[in-house]
Amino acid sequence: MGKLLELKGVSLSFGGLQVVNDLNLHLDEGEIVSVIGPNGAGKTTLFNLITGIYRPASGDITLDGRSLVGLQPHQISQRGISRTFQTLRLFLNMSVKENVMAAAYGHTNAGIFRSMLRTPGMRREEREIEQLAQERLAFFGERLMGYRWDQPAYSLSYANRRRLEIARATASNPRVLLLDEPAAGMNPSETHEITELIAQLRTDGGYTILVIEHDMHVVEGISDRVVALDHGVKIAEGSFETVATNEKVIEAYLGLQTTATK
Amino acid sequence: MSDSTPHSSHIPAEGPAVGQDEWVARHGERRLLRGGRLGKLEERLRVVPWWVWLILFVAAFSLLPVVESSGYVRRVAFDTVLYMLLALGLNIVVGWGGLLDLGYVALYGVGAYTYAFLASDQFGVHLPTLLAVPITVIIGALVGLLLGLPSRRLTGDYLAIVTLFFLQLFQTLMTNGDSVFGHDLTGGPNGILNIDPFHIFGHDLAVQHGGVFAVSYFYLALAVFAVVYVALRFVNLSRTGRAWRSLREDPLAAEAMGMPVNWLKLMSFSFGAGVAALTGTLFSALNASVFPLTFYFILLIVVYTMVILGGSGSQSGVVLGALIIGPLLELLRDPGKARILFYAALVGGVVFGFRRSRTLGIVSGATIAFGFVMHAAASAHDAAWVAGDKASGFGGAMAHWVVVPAHLASWVQPTTYVGLIGLALLLTLVDRRVRIVLLVPTLYLAAFVWENVMLANPEPMRYIVLGVILVSLMILRPNGLLGERRVEIV
Repeated sequence: MGKLLELKGVSLSFGGLQVVNDLNLHLDEGEIVSVIGPNGAGKTTLFNLITGIYRPASGDITLDGRSLVGLQPHQISQRGISRTFQTLRLFLNMSVKENVMAAAYGHTNAGIFRSMLRTPGMRREEREIEQLAQERLAFFGERLMGYRWDQPAYSLSYANRRRLEIARATASNPRVLLLDEPAAGMNPSETHEITELIAQLRTDGGYTILVIEHDMHVVEGISDRVVALDHGVKIAEGSFETVATNEKVIEAYLGLQTTATK
Repeated sequence: MSDSTPHSSHIPAEGPAVGQDEWVARHGERRLLRGGRLGKLEERLRVVPWWVWLILFVAAFSLLPVVESSGYVRRVAFDTVLYMLLALGLNIVVGWGGLLDLGYVALYGVGAYTYAFLASDQFGVHLPTLLAVPITVIIGALVGLLLGLPSRRLTGDYLAIVTLFFLQLFQTLMTNGDSVFGHDLTGGPNGILNIDPFHIFGHDLAVQHGGVFAVSYFYLALAVFAVVYVALRFVNLSRTGRAWRSLREDPLAAEAMGMPVNWLKLMSFSFGAGVAALTGTLFSALNASVFPLTFYFILLIVVYTMVILGGSGSQSGVVLGALIIGPLLELLRDPGKARILFYAALVGGVVFGFRRSRTLGIVSGATIAFGFVMHAAASAHDAAWVAGDKASGFGGAMAHWVVVPAHLASWVQPTTYVGLIGLALLLTLVDRRVRIVLLVPTLYLAAFVWENVMLANPEPMRYIVLGVILVSLMILRPNGLLGERRVEIV
């Protein structure tokens, strides 16, 4: 099990603000790693760096040994990294099924003229895309099934939108899945369900997963390894127990005084 | 992932099960169905496939020249088909791509001019139609690609301004192109004349046949429309169409999901431009002449109105928009027909607004009485006040209802016009009871303004009517007639 995704000395600053500072991080094949840290620690920026929305000022990001720096986001997606967004970014006015089907763009190839003529190859590909979308949606049991396929995405509840984002992210056939706060805004039973689902994504889908999560029950339940960030610096790394009891982490979350009175 | 029910082993015997959703299971019962015959009809119509509608529509439309031999009507029908094509092309960029392209009609002009360059005495080039049209479409698509380049960096209103500048640039180039280093390239404001008609399979497509507009161009345009409609529908339901709509919804998410957003934007510009250029060749060949001012703001606004009115993003919607606006603008040229349309809309609006309630009777009765009283008062004061061109209709009753003075003082037109707008706005603010009372003089003032201001200025009137239709529709149905309900942020 080699390093699938690796960040080496990655830095990024906005104006004078150092958002990510000399960050080293790696994901082994088949691993689930959680990133924790207080708000503004640079967690989502980390995702934006990996997916090519931001370009690191220095350092290198590699997938399977090949550098991703300088590639456009869609090229990175086609290399096998897919993500969800903390602030849901679904294609709201498209149907549930089309949301998932759209994400198959990168690994399909029917051109516009072939589509105009509806060639047999194009229609076969279209059936495969639909099949894929149904499979990905079926992953969530009945929640996104049946009549919901043809409903517009805006008609879904918040929790179902989160599920749909995960389904959409998996439709690009990624190797690495980046989940940005998958349990945000969910009730306890839904949170419990999403914890199981993330584990299942690895066993059934074979994805390597990097999760940003604030809910420590979820983090404890799913992580092989936990990385704690604060002010763009990695302050701790290891199993959930080691990181959760790390003084720096407690300090970052609760402030100095609390540690002093402890 | 292939296992479709991955949770079956986790489901506890009772209580809410993981991945189970009772809401979905009972959805069928919960659906609201409209009762009665209307509901049944609606259910039946829903299962009719789209191509049946298209065939029915094209067949019905192609019967028009058979039942109507007037060259004028045929000509209007042809122009309407061109509008439908233009609306379909604009729908690619605006409706699917979500890119506000205000340079669109310049590409229609590029098509018309390119065909004129390739098949007229302007440069002495007379390419065969089957060569000139594809070349024109390709050139149009390439120019569209150029126009799309700013969309890599700009969105929304910024993109709109840059593309609008392109329209102005095209206009300036065509108008001043008659003396480029002493050479006449575009004919300047006088345009290009004597453009070749289409010549297909050894036949010249004659525009006139025995002095009457020949139907060959109409059928050709209709056939082109059907092909373009089907091709675009297929594209919309392909990966490219989904990607276009995804980038309209959220460009960043689309990019992150593997869609090359910049390339897709250029493609949508280019395909919209291709459709516009193709329409331009039809325009050019039929009119045998092109002038720069044809492809300007008025046309841009008209095509946008069609797309917005019909429902941006819906193909059948924008076609419906073109079907309504195209003939409507023609009807409004004729004061007699315009008058019928106006009063029909007024009466229809009041009836629709109050449905069957008692208020309807009160308002209409009061308005009619109000008119006769006003007319009687005016004629008693000075006979010249009611001596203007009589509005006929309703057995001459109209002539005794609406006041049409023989001569208007210069302040009357602007004052009444502005007053009407003020009253209409006031109506939206006041309490229901006050509104009913105010509605009576407003309706009467509307009739007065129509007879004395609008009909006296027929050309601006057409576009004012267009504006009124658009404003009222946007209030009633913000997504257009056939547009899907859209949400921006939830």
